[in-house]
Amino acid sequence: MMEFDSVTMSRMLTSLTLAFHIIFATIGVGVPLMISIAEFIGIKKKDANYTLLARRWTRGFVITVAVGVVTGTAIGLQLSLLWPSFMQVAGNVISLPLFLETFAFFFEAIFLGAYLYTWDRFNNPIYHWLFSIPVVIGAGMSAFFITTVNSFMNTPQGFELEGRTITDIDPLEAMFNPATPTKVFHVLSSSYLTSAAILAAITAFIILKKKSSNYHKKALKLTMIATFFFAILTAIAGDLSAKFLADEQPEKLAAGEWHFETEKGADLILFGTLNENNEVENEIRLPNALSFLSHGDFNSEVVGLDQFPEEETPPLWIHYMFDLMVMLGMYALGVSFLYIVLSKLKRWSEHNKWLLWLIVLNGPFAMLAIEFGWIFAEVGRQPWILRGYMKVSEGATTSPHVDWMFLLFLGLYILLGVISVSVLRKLFSDNPAEVELEHRYPEVDQRGVDV
Amino acid sequence: MSYELVGITVLWIFLYGYLIVASIDFGAGFFAYYAKQTKQDHIINKIISRYLSPVWEVTNVFFVFFFVGLIGFFPDTAYYFGQTLLIPGSIAIVLLAIRGSFYAFENYGSKQSSVYMFLYGATGLFIPASLATALTISEGGFIEETSNGVRLLTGELLTSPYSWSVVFLAIVSVLFISSAFLTFYANRANDKPAMELVRKYMIFWSSPTIIASLTTFIAMSQHNHRHFEKMLDLWWMFGLSVAFFLGAVFLVYQRKRLGLAFIFVMFQFFFAFFGYGAGHLPYLLEPYITLQSSVTNDTMGLALVIAFIAGLCLLIPSLILLMRMFLFDADYVKGNK
Repeated sequence: MMEFDSVTMSRMLTSLTLAFHIIFATIGVGVPLMISIAEFIGIKKKDANYTLLARRWTRGFVITVAVGVVTGTAIGLQLSLLWPSFMQVAGNVISLPLFLETFAFFFEAIFLGAYLYTWDRFNNPIYHWLFSIPVVIGAGMSAFFITTVNSFMNTPQGFELEGRTITDIDPLEAMFNPATPTKVFHVLSSSYLTSAAILAAITAFIILKKKSSNYHKKALKLTMIATFFFAILTAIAGDLSAKFLADEQPEKLAAGEWHFETEKGADLILFGTLNENNEVENEIRLPNALSFLSHGDFNSEVVGLDQFPEEETPPLWIHYMFDLMVMLGMYALGVSFLYIVLSKLKRWSEHNKWLLWLIVLNGPFAMLAIEFGWIFAEVGRQPWILRGYMKVSEGATTSPHVDWMFLLFLGLYILLGVISVSVLRKLFSDNPAEVELEHRYPEVDQRGVDV
Repeated sequence: MSYELVGITVLWIFLYGYLIVASIDFGAGFFAYYAKQTKQDHIINKIISRYLSPVWEVTNVFFVFFFVGLIGFFPDTAYYFGQTLLIPGSIAIVLLAIRGSFYAFENYGSKQSSVYMFLYGATGLFIPASLATALTISEGGFIEETSNGVRLLTGELLTSPYSWSVVFLAIVSVLFISSAFLTFYANRANDKPAMELVRKYMIFWSSPTIIASLTTFIAMSQHNHRHFEKMLDLWWMFGLSVAFFLGAVFLVYQRKRLGLAFIFVMFQFFFAFFGYGAGHLPYLLEPYITLQSSVTNDTMGLALVIAFIAGLCLLIPSLILLMRMFLFDADYVKGNK
């Protein structure tokens, strides 16, 4: 591995850290909302099943938070260690949201501590529930602030750059750049979707493996309705993101869609391959659909890659990332819709074995969609680290030791991944929900007639 | 006051905050492991985990705050420290990651494991050692700037007496601060045997602390005479620091006013840390970065200061709430809640 230069190695190490961190960051943003909803329903319906649900989710959640915190610290420091020149510029222009993100996280951490240790401390359970609100808000705000930084890298504004001198800085303009609204919307909705999908997948898996109980059925219903709702929001966010790209960052959309020539009534290409002349083969072609996706009009003009110098366009393989992300998003929408339909129909059971398996698959699929989406977003910005101003190769460290650091972190993430999974499994298999429900809330009738 | 001075003061306060809360945490990890090895864990581990559980995450944030703020106020530091600290910085991240996540695995997972305990104890000593390297480098003499960028002179760093005296000071201070706090906390929980044990640790680590401080002073006079002279000009700060140290040890020895004793320890480190920091100025990294040369533009400076004040208005009430619920709620401390 010694033949790679420090730019390539810095990119690899950053990708590694982000790919690992994003799993925990997504859960960290989405799961508090699910916990808060479950606890609230439990209080309103006076149903201990939901309260226990919130309790058990929280217990698993802290493990993932811990990994999220430490990998978040890692990426925070690695930005400076691996991209010192970039951070020197970025520090001048975009450090405000970075700084605010720390505040948001601090706020969240304080109240998460309070939430964790005060379950039975108040006579009125609503006080305990109130502690979940700052956790949800803090998590959402962290996501918001850090996403503005990523947006800034895509559509930088709010400064003038001459050589290495930066003037005319406007931190708010930098923060609220054109990419911010759609990106934040997309990040938040997809985090909520993925968290709900994962919780649903775990629940469905338990129902398949053991005898299903009231507790698990209620959990599945809650998480599947949430999945459906957030899948719709994510689809809207995705559509708005495509329209944003068409207007502000057309080379990313064009590379993602294999749209080579600027034209009106552009076709949407699904999957396919490229031959040696960069011609698309084996694709599924939806006539005029790219124009519609880009501007809401089947005959509108869509800018193609021909408008950009070749060395300033991203690699074409991101097309597959885009398609996979969209397919998996649609899968989540479809499965959750199917669940809801079957639960309404008297003739069918929503706890059909096949449907449950589809729900189980939806969990990892949703997380994969997050990964593919981020790969598309990051690689789609290449060769820029700060679009139009600084290339990735200009931002990296010149230290020759990044390769060893890559191995060090690879080892760390493997270790953390393996141990956190085994700790989580042990945490719940040693203490099944039925046993805990019986133990904590003996008054609840578990065989329970349907509520 | 100019932005750069406001900025560095705020950041230094945060670093000081981290120094105190992280030392308590790091030292507690070591003591927990040591107690287990000497079969005294039944005496103190309960008190340690009751304190650590609700606050461990908050500790980490102090640190993140410091380095994010540093890059915000002084963007040039990202370039110089980023280029040179790749290896020590990465090692520190890995240690912090192992420590943080293993704490959660141990504490929230269902399994008690002596491997986790060992890692938790060992990282508590290695992290301060690796983080202290950043301060050592800032004294100058360990970085070389060439046409290819800046690089760390690793050989120089590893053979410098100053560098090792800082590492030594960092480790013993951690143990001293931590044991002083735990003495107070155990006493508050009315846990006599635990108090007696950690009190012994506190008295044991007091003399290495003062010896290490003096050694570092001497090594500093050899390594960076300018800084040393400036610290001598601020002799009264270090005098106060020693006075508070003596006061704290006296109180703990007498088993009196243990809360006050810990506040004395905080003042001891406050004066030493700010005396050191004030002497460091105007350099952030000798001789490459000064406050004035690296400070961000006025617009960003103002934005950061406003953000900071707004943030504090949100955080301070929340922190007070957390402390009232866990640190100063006598029932919680005693384990009744």
